[in-house]
Amino acid sequence: MSSVDAPKLGETGGDEKPRVAFWNDPEKRGYLFQALLFVIVMFLVYEAASNAIANMTKQKIATGFGFWNNTAGFDIGQRLVPYETTSSYGRAFWVGLVNTLLVAGIGIVLATMLGFIIGVARLSKNVLVNKLAAIYVEVIRNTPLLLQLLFWYNAVLKALPEVRDSVAMPGGFFLNNRGLFMPEPVFGASFSWVTWALSAGLMGYFAYGRWARKRQERTGQQSPVLLVGFGLVIAVPLLIYIAAGQPLSFNIPDLGRFNIRGGVQVYPEFVALLLGLVIYTAAFIAEVVRAGIQAVSKGQTEAAYALGLRPGPTLDLVVIPQAMRVIIPPLTSQYLNLTKNSSLAVAVGYPDLVQVFMGTVLNQTGQAVEVIAITMAVYLTISLFTSLVMNWYNSRKALVER
Amino acid sequence: MKKVLMSVAVGAAFVMAAGSASAQTLNQVKSRGVLQCGSNTGLAGFGQPDAQGNWTGLDVDYCRAIAAAIFNDASKVKFVPLSAKDRFTALQSGEVDVLVRNTTWTMSRDTQLGLEFGPVNYYDGQGFMVRKKLKIASAMELSGASVCTQQGTTTELNLADFFRANKLKYEVVAFASSDETIKAYDAGRCDVFTTDASGLYAERLKLTAPDDHIVLPEIISKEPLGAAWRHGDNQWGDIVKWVHYAMVNAEEYGVTKANVDEMLKSGNPDVKRLLGTEGKFGEAIGLTNDWAYRVIKQVGNYGESFDRNVGAGSRLKIARGVNALWSKGGLQYAPPIR
Repeated sequence: MSSVDAPKLGETGGDEKPRVAFWNDPEKRGYLFQALLFVIVMFLVYEAASNAIANMTKQKIATGFGFWNNTAGFDIGQRLVPYETTSSYGRAFWVGLVNTLLVAGIGIVLATMLGFIIGVARLSKNVLVNKLAAIYVEVIRNTPLLLQLLFWYNAVLKALPEVRDSVAMPGGFFLNNRGLFMPEPVFGASFSWVTWALSAGLMGYFAYGRWARKRQERTGQQSPVLLVGFGLVIAVPLLIYIAAGQPLSFNIPDLGRFNIRGGVQVYPEFVALLLGLVIYTAAFIAEVVRAGIQAVSKGQTEAAYALGLRPGPTLDLVVIPQAMRVIIPPLTSQYLNLTKNSSLAVAVGYPDLVQVFMGTVLNQTGQAVEVIAITMAVYLTISLFTSLVMNWYNSRKALVER
Repeated sequence: MKKVLMSVAVGAAFVMAAGSASAQTLNQVKSRGVLQCGSNTGLAGFGQPDAQGNWTGLDVDYCRAIAAAIFNDASKVKFVPLSAKDRFTALQSGEVDVLVRNTTWTMSRDTQLGLEFGPVNYYDGQGFMVRKKLKIASAMELSGASVCTQQGTTTELNLADFFRANKLKYEVVAFASSDETIKAYDAGRCDVFTTDASGLYAERLKLTAPDDHIVLPEIISKEPLGAAWRHGDNQWGDIVKWVHYAMVNAEEYGVTKANVDEMLKSGNPDVKRLLGTEGKFGEAIGLTNDWAYRVIKQVGNYGESFDRNVGAGSRLKIARGVNALWSKGGLQYAPPIR
């Protein structure tokens, strides 16, 4: 009976819904306030911007982004993007940005590796290892990063010999207070064959690995993944390399009057900044890792032991995968911190985005508002992108609830 | 609603802060009771605090002279140490009233930064310093060298121009502050240290073994160092300009810190106008008529200041050279007070 009545009630209720004035309807009123707030915020932004522009025009301070294509006229030490003195300020911006991304990218990888090692070491049953890791974390975490950077820069520089007394290492490596000089690989024309073979081999290896895992899950049979991988990734490209007539030579660095000429140079500023960032951030990551592992209940480990797993596989297969769920979100903020901290490069003379763009370019053009706005937008973009990637990774690792 | 109030407050603060920038500098300085002067973080001879926090130097004397003219008290100056790359922003934003920080007067700085440049209190040029053991006699032998310099300076640009024009290769290492720059050079990071020639002599004193380094003979640029203030305040500009001219005129007429009281009785009309015993020149720039007397009494004339800070009476022992009076073959020339 009631099942027949119910829709009727619903229908009549819908038709006879009392008409209320929109200011008495909480939902519509909500929209009104939202719109009002939006208009006010927009007005304030417009007012602030136009006011700033008017004031700068009144004081005859150049405004706008026209400086972007003007000739920079200064030089930059480390540059991965082609750059000349006659290049534009825009080009200088890219040089700085690439340098920032380089140190942040390598820093994130190394800090993660070091952080995981220290974090696991802090949980070690070996008292010495455990205490050493604890001391590392406490000392590094509780001193300012700027201080550490200056320490590394001065320690790295002072400890290294002068150019004339360069430490010559086998294989054409030189080490002195201008940095580390390495042989530069010079690729012949037919080297592309080797590159193609290598990438094809890598793809084949991953495909085979996937197939092998599925097969093992289905049938329990194991496949010789390592052997096949060796063949695909190393043996085949090597054979092609030899067949193509070994199209790879090295430009060996050579001691000149002042500096070492040729080869690839790793600048001490870069090394100091990288060392500082990696060692500092690793201490935080170590704590994140320790917290993550300790968050996995002891019962999980005991259950794994009860099933007959040895400590190694227990850590790999039971503890770490569960710990990762706790680790990833705080790990993301450490990555963001490392990227933002790389702007301390100014202190050690590493030409990162802040040093080149917010330092020299701002000073030469005098357009502080524009330059700082661009720099902030860039850091925001890098951070949001890092977050995006880490959130995607997190959602893959998160517990899937059914 | 709380959010709305917040944004209104923030917005209003921004609008008002930007609005007050155009007020008259002299009135601000007077009501504050102290002159805020942008100075070097530490360059011997130009602007440097000692262990007790007392500032000395040629640029410092200029600021003290302005304070003496306004307040009749040369000590009413607050020195704001600024790095090369922060100095213009500090002046634009009103953090300092005047910038006297061995700053090169260039066209782009004069026209695009919203600043005015005034009299040149030191004519300089850029030079190079190297280690003696490299056995280099000329800058033309520097191909392949690595060069330490301070960023945000004309030095950085001249350096690039010089090596480009002479088709020499080099590697630049730029630091934010002069201290970091000279420290890196001292540690052996670079073969060459470059800045204005006067700065080379001053910075050499900071090295662990100053005698192991020589300054190369080439001067690769023109560096007129002077005072700067915000564009649009002409009255303030007049004060800054004429304080320097008064010091130069005083040297020319032989008025010194020691004899300025006697000179009040001088019959020379030039001196009478300078010291305010004749005419009302001080009132014309918003000060009292004894403005120049105060400057000379408390700071001295240009020659005295030069001698004490960078010249024969200082550790730097820099010759007057182009900074001598025009009547002695130099470039220091002041328009007459009449």
